Amino acid sequence: MLAYVIRRLSYGGVVVLGVLFFLFVVFFWVATPDDIARRALGEKAPPEAIEQWKINHGYDRPLWPWQSLEDNMLFSHYESMLTFDFGRSDADDVPILEKIRTGAGPSLALTVPMFLLGLPLSVMLSLVVAVFRETYVDRMGVVLCVLGMSVSILLYIIGAQFLIAKLLRWFPISGFDPSPQVVMRFLSLPILVGIVSSIGSNVRFYRTVFLEEVHRDFVRTARAKGCGEARIMARHVLRNAMIPILTQVVIAIPFLFTGSLVLESFFGIPGLGALTVEAIQGNDFATLRTMVFVGALLFVVAQVLTDVSYSLADPRVRLE
Amino acid sequence: MEAWVISNIVTSLLLVSSVLVVLAVRRSRMWSEAMGSLWKRRPIAIGVVAFYLAIGILDSIYWVGGINAGEDVVSAHEAKSVIDRLFADSRERSYSAPLADVEFYGSAPLENPGWHLMGTDLIGRDVVYLAMKGVRVALLIGGLTSLIAIPLSLLFGISAGYFGGRVDDVVFFVMSTLASMPTLLLLIALIMAMGRSTVSICIALAVTSWVGFCRLVRGETLKLREQDYVQAARALGVSELQIILRHILPNLAHLVIITFVLTFSGLVLSEAVLAWLGVGVDGSWGQMIDQARSELSRDPVVWWNIAAAGLSLFGLLLAVNMVGDAIRDILDPRTLRESP
Repeated sequence: MLAYVIRRLSYGGVVVLGVLFFLFVVFFWVATPDDIARRALGEKAPPEAIEQWKINHGYDRPLWPWQSLEDNMLFSHYESMLTFDFGRSDADDVPILEKIRTGAGPSLALTVPMFLLGLPLSVMLSLVVAVFRETYVDRMGVVLCVLGMSVSILLYIIGAQFLIAKLLRWFPISGFDPSPQVVMRFLSLPILVGIVSSIGSNVRFYRTVFLEEVHRDFVRTARAKGCGEARIMARHVLRNAMIPILTQVVIAIPFLFTGSLVLESFFGIPGLGALTVEAIQGNDFATLRTMVFVGALLFVVAQVLTDVSYSLADPRVRLE
Repeated sequence: MEAWVISNIVTSLLLVSSVLVVLAVRRSRMWSEAMGSLWKRRPIAIGVVAFYLAIGILDSIYWVGGINAGEDVVSAHEAKSVIDRLFADSRERSYSAPLADVEFYGSAPLENPGWHLMGTDLIGRDVVYLAMKGVRVALLIGGLTSLIAIPLSLLFGISAGYFGGRVDDVVFFVMSTLASMPTLLLLIALIMAMGRSTVSICIALAVTSWVGFCRLVRGETLKLREQDYVQAARALGVSELQIILRHILPNLAHLVIITFVLTFSGLVLSEAVLAWLGVGVDGSWGQMIDQARSELSRDPVVWWNIAAAGLSLFGLLLAVNMVGDAIRDILDPRTLRESP
């Protein structure tokens, strides 16, 4: 077990190194430091100003190790990212780590309830659809899922803000206040929109998972020995469908931290998603690249956790 | 070469190749039966998709002249598509409600009273026209991206699955590296680094979407490699390339079609979010939605812009999703289980 975890972790480490290399290619080689400086200063900036900006932001050194072994951007990129010394934002010189620290709270306040309410809801709905398989309930359910999947998240948000917040005035249109008495007033609508917008594809996915299990031999055996349908679903189908569900759960964890770009910035929640949108609009490459790295790092950790939790949920999975 | 000439050439190439595909489908019994039962199951959805395709094609054929431009010298020498020509004289001065006779603010009479089915926008363009222009953009995003991503996934997926060993290790490493970055952030990073032209947006979408399909192809190839007929071909001394072309690739064809249809809607939805972030393709429905957002806070509300864009987007995706679901059921009821 321990050997497996270590091997899995070290592969994750290699993937993280790969991500860093990819980010370096995209942000230093495809978009050269000159491009980045020109984006920040405007197209018509004089060459001296661009050189000065590059020196100020540490973009003035040679890129590759073969140009200068001691002082190159590739090595310092790896060093700063791996020591979590993300430096300062290209746009407003605020330390990026500071930004992440203040943004993580609001992001989690939005995504954790969304996840904790949304997951059981989708699993339950898809269990219902699976119980009524091959009847009109199932067919209606699938049609509703496809309907829900065909609507852009932008329309969900705009529609909810217009109907629920503007016409019915149940919740404020946007805004955020971290004090615990009022925080849910601001978060209810984004949480609702987040759940509704993703429920279609989730239910459709879990339905296929359950339907695959429903036709197994052990389900027929359970039915033959007189199990009720509810017991079959809970004990035999749900239990055996845990692997795909677990995958979805653990893979979702990094996104709890990085937040939702669209929801946060539409509803004015100052989380990491809104921070990223700000970075995009302000051509802040340093922050953007840090966010991609943090997201990838969390994802790799989550994946290792998934693989380990497989073995706990399903004794059939052997660690090789 | 000018952009509109390229558009004409590409459109005619696509039309010729689709005729060839239809002929090929007719010759194969399996495929013509599958297409027959698809038509029987989803006649309406197929009709809707065909309608969108027709608009997209009509908007991709350009020529110069033949338009009554009057004093306007510039537009007389501009290439216009069939759709442009249909709406050539539809320009008003500002907002007008659907089928209205007068302008929305103030009551100046319109040039074409009662003609604008979905009204006009801020600078007086017909909203139906704008929505129709969005069709071509959506089809371009879905089509061009798939044209980049599918061959790439086939190449890497088959070589990883078939040859295994080092090749497999490298492909698997590249896949897990790309897959570990948050999709939307990766997309934005790529577009910001490459600049925001339509082609670079499609390349970015392709980079983020090929991984899933490649993984699927790799898995299927691993299974196919062990099949008796592949073993037999190898024992008979057939070359590796021949085996891949004759025995592996045709057995992946159904996966290609299903993935193409099912990822199409995801790509168009991603573009809508990108458009809202300001890195989308010009003229897309996402951009229309984004621009129309502030109109909802006007009083009285200007709703027809966002309604037209939203409904066009919804209609296309719904039809494509329905067709995709049916195709999956017909061609492959078991192996495919896409994640949400």
